[in-house]
This record gives sequence, C-alpha cells and structure tokens, in this order.
Amino acid sequence: MSSTTSPLTHAVRPDGPLARVRTWWTILRICLEERLVYRGDFMLGTLMRFLPVITQILLWSAIFDANAEASAASGVASDKPVMIAGYLYGDFIAYYLMTMITRAFSSMPGLASLIARSIRDGTIKKYLIQPVDMTGFLLLSRVAHKLVYYLVATIPFAVIFYLCRGYFLSGWPDPLTFLAFLASLAMSFLLGFFLDATIGMIGFWFLEISSLMFIYMLMSFFLSGQMFPLDMLDKFHLVGSVTWGDVVRATPVQYLAYFPAAVFLGKIQDTRLAWGLAMQLGWLLFFVWLCRSAFRRGVRRYSAFGG
Amino acid sequence: MSIIEIAGLTKSYRVYQKQEGLLASMRGLFHRQYKQVHAVRGIDLKVEKGEFVAFLGPNGAGKTTTLKLLSGVITPTAGEARVLGHVPWLRENAYRRRFALVMGQKNQLWWDLPAQESFRLHQEIYRIEPRAFDQTRDELVDLLSVRPLLGQPVRELSLGERMKMELIAALLHSPEVLFLDEPTIGLDVIAQHNIQNFLRHYQQFRQITILLTSHYMKDIAALCQRVVIIAAGRIMYDGSLSGIIDRFSSHKIVTLQWAEGHLPGDLTRYGELLDATPPKARIQIRRDLVPEVLAAILANHPVDDISVEDPPLEQVIAALFSIAGEEAAQLEAAGQASASVPA
Repeated sequence: MSSTTSPLTHAVRPDGPLARVRTWWTILRICLEERLVYRGDFMLGTLMRFLPVITQILLWSAIFDANAEASAASGVASDKPVMIAGYLYGDFIAYYLMTMITRAFSSMPGLASLIARSIRDGTIKKYLIQPVDMTGFLLLSRVAHKLVYYLVATIPFAVIFYLCRGYFLSGWPDPLTFLAFLASLAMSFLLGFFLDATIGMIGFWFLEISSLMFIYMLMSFFLSGQMFPLDMLDKFHLVGSVTWGDVVRATPVQYLAYFPAAVFLGKIQDTRLAWGLAMQLGWLLFFVWLCRSAFRRGVRRYSAFGG
Repeated sequence: MSIIEIAGLTKSYRVYQKQEGLLASMRGLFHRQYKQVHAVRGIDLKVEKGEFVAFLGPNGAGKTTTLKLLSGVITPTAGEARVLGHVPWLRENAYRRRFALVMGQKNQLWWDLPAQESFRLHQEIYRIEPRAFDQTRDELVDLLSVRPLLGQPVRELSLGERMKMELIAALLHSPEVLFLDEPTIGLDVIAQHNIQNFLRHYQQFRQITILLTSHYMKDIAALCQRVVIIAAGRIMYDGSLSGIIDRFSSHKIVTLQWAEGHLPGDLTRYGELLDATPPKARIQIRRDLVPEVLAAILANHPVDDISVEDPPLEQVIAALFSIAGEEAAQLEAAGQASASVPA
C-alpha cells in the first residue's frame, strides 16, 4: 500500500492533538472574520433581539397594575405587594432579563436549516471529501458567531441591566451558585447546538424540514421558559402530586432558558441544583451522541442514494 | 501497482417517478413509483501514476458518478475500487489528504472572504507544513498569475479567477491524484486556455495522476494522452484521442479541385457528395474503398488538387454518443418492467 506514497507527502505535518488545536483555532479565526463582514446586519439583528423582552416587561407590568387595581377596588386594603404564582413584579423582570442572557447562549438561529440545505444542495460533499469533521466545524463557527454577538451586545446588555438593577431583589448570587450558573450557561450553549444540529440532520431523510423546525421552535418557546417561568406550572396537578411543572421540567428544552435563569436567581439550590446540573449534562451527552450517530447514518444513506 | 484500480464498479439507485399533475402528486403521498437508474454498469479501469486521463461521454453517461465514487462521496452498489491503495468510500483521513476533487459548478471557497483565508484553512485541515505551504502557494499563485487578487473577497472575482483560486485551494496539499469535473465549464476561451496551460504544466512538472471530465474537446485534445469514453454507464473506448477516429470512423473525406473551375456532373457515383462549390467538391468515401475510388477519379477527371482527411473528431464522437444513447434507451426499456417496483 505504501509503495504509491510519493515524496510530496513528506510535507504533511503529523496528526496530533496540537495539530487539531491549531486547526480549531484557524477555523475559529476565519469564522470570526466572516461574521465581521456582516457587521451592519449583525448589529441590527442584535438590537432587535431586545424588543421581545421589552414587550414581555410591559405585558407583565400591565398585569400587575390590573391586579393591584382589582384588589384596591375589592376594598381589601393590603400593604403586601401583589404576587403572581410566587413572583413579585421585580422577580418577573429579573427572570426575563436572565432568560435573555441564557438565550444569548443557547439559541442557534439558522443552524438546522443550514445543515438541511447543505444536504439538499450537495454542499455537504465538501465535508466528505476534505479531512474535516462537519459537526466540529459548525460548532466552532457557532462559537465565533456567539463571540461576535457578545462583542456587539455587551453594551446594550449592560445598559439594560444597570437600569433594571433594582429588580434583582435577592441581589448577586453567592460564588458557588454563580459558578453553577456559568456551568449551566456553557452547557446550554452546547445543548442548544447539538439539539438544533440533530434536527438539521433529519434533512438526510426528509428534504424539507421547515415545518418541523417551526413546531420545534414553538414548543421550545413555551417549554423552555421563555414565555413564563416554568415553576408557575407547579400549581397545575396532572396525577397525584405530579404537576405540569414536573412534566415540562423533564424535557431537555428547559435547560435552554429556564434552568440557568432560575439558578442565577437562587430558585434552585443544593441537591436540586446538583441533580439539575447532572441532568443537563446527561441531556447534553445524549444529544452529542444522537447528533453524531444521525450524521453517520445520514451520510451512509446519502452516499448510498446517489449524493 | 496502479494508482487507480477499478473492477466491476457498479452504481445504481432508485429515483421517485413523479407523474404530472396535482392528482398524481396526491397519489404520490401514499403510493410511490420508483425507477432504478443504472448510473455505472460495471466499469474496469486501471490508471498508472502520472497519467492524464479524460472521461468523455454524453450527459448522464456516468462520468461524474465515477468521480464521486472514486472520491468517496458515494458508495457503489457492487464492485471494487482502490485509489493509492485506499478504498475511497471508507473516507479515511489518510486517503482524503492525498487526493482532491474540483467541480466546475461547485464552489468550495469561503464566499465572503479573500481566497487566501480559505488557503490558510486548507493548510490546517490538510496539515501542511508552513514552509511547504508557502512554497506551494507561491508557486501556484505565480503560475496562475493571481497574486493581486489574493486579498479580494471571492464573491468579487470573475468566474475564471474563481476557478483559478479553486484549483490553488485543491492543490495546496500536493494531492497525488486529482479529479476534475468539468473545470472549464462556463469559462471564456482565454480563461479556458489559461486553465489548460496551467494543468498541462502542473501535471508534467509534478507527475500527478489526473482524471478529467469535460465537454470541451479542446480541453481533452490539449491535455490528455488517454481518453476513456463512457456511455450508458459502460466504457466504450479506452485509448488515444486519434485512435477514436481509426476505431469508430468508417469514412474518409476527399476534397477535389478542378482546373477548369466547373465540376463534373456524376460525382455521386464515387461516394456521398457533401459539398459542391466549384471549383471544389467534398466527397465522403468508405475507408476501404479510398484507393480504388481515387484511382478511378484520377483516371476519369482532370483533377488539379486532392486531399484526403479524417472526418472531424467532434462529428465522430457525436455519432458515437447517439449510438450509445440509443443502446442506453434499449437497456433501460428492457430493465424497466422488472426494475420498476412500488414502494
């Protein structure tokens, strides 16, 4: 077999961990450069992302106002501030701001459709011909994507958090909780990536996945806790002591918004926190495996069906 | 050992047969008709180191499918292939670092970034030593005269310039085998010529093995010593370009010129009269009859000048393709009844 090796191959560097890291760094650097080409579009997109949060804040402030008026009208004089499902007005604002941070890590706009499109139009061939792993490549490109996003979004985020600092009633979390929050945030980025990438891999079996994407986005919007804090569902019992909140918290999407936010706000502590982090890691490993095996099977199918 | 060894390579796949109309589309939701497409029907081929081989054939003949099989993008239905000792569809990195595929219609460079960034990326993913990288890149960039364009985003380059960059990207890791799928498609004459010159020079200099598909006869005539004609998924011819005429052309074309400036009236008895514009006439004559017929013409007419030529290569190949097309249609029709199965 080696009799055909020409002297030209001596220009090849050995393949080791260091070579891999260098490759990753180059991919990251080039993806960063590419993202910066579209800085105008990016800035606009970043700023527009703040709009839904402002809408949510206005909505809840209207609900709280209405509640306060109702209790005043009923003549029940109370010094106690209005609470809805155990949340004060300030808690809601703090919660939405925190989910905004979490989504800045876990959301993967366009990833699944990009994968499905590259299967459909054949650009995926590049990853079969070149010695580069597609999932790893896309992951690095997302890291670059996010880094540029944080670069643009840090100042508006800082301004909003400064203006809303009074709503964080329980103050800054203790170092251990904060560390747990960071770990959960990092995992939410990876989980978001592998979840979306897995859905994109379905493109190997079905040419069009946009309806599926729509359903997933809708579901995850509700079930991840972007719409409302998931513990609000604890009031609704399903069977016995099992609540709808328990059911929703059994899905992986809660780790894309609710869980890290709740950790930061001190709502999940001690053994529940440790268990939650372990579950998040478990889901992450599961989706890494699912994504990889879907890719392997998908490529096998793709190369059997003509490419 | 040959660089490329193919034995009995076969690829067939089924495609969904959609009938025309909305009603048929609705039926297709529940019951689908599939058709078996035989893209490659048992190809045997050996290519030695340093050969420049052209795949020639009509659209849908199986040329691109063969290149996809050899580059590991698709797996065969049956048969074997080894390139540089590797089975391509196992897609080992050791193999992927030793070949390259360039498709004229597909873009592999980063669209919004200058080509030099894509080159850097290739340096890393192909693990090219920095010194070797600089040397190879400079050599390629100078050969193709694209140095001033290195810093321009790829989307701003012309088609010809982009193709040059694609070639550089593909050759940076000094592949030992190069697959080129219609590399000059859509290019103007000058750009085609530049690419041809470069490929000829590079192949001779580096002694790499190249398989090329192209519809431009000029590409093939300029570059390839060996031509493999594929039609209907089979190899119909394997040899030199000029050999095609010897093998497949049954006639010669004789051009005659008369001194008096007017033509005799009974030329059709010598062969098929292709053109008669006094003082010249062109007659197509069966090869085996040429000496006899020429003797008869010279004996009967005061001919001033005479030339005997082969018919144009394009014409021979076009005729060959149309025969192959008919054969393919017959094969498909024969296989249809048994191959068409419901889902």
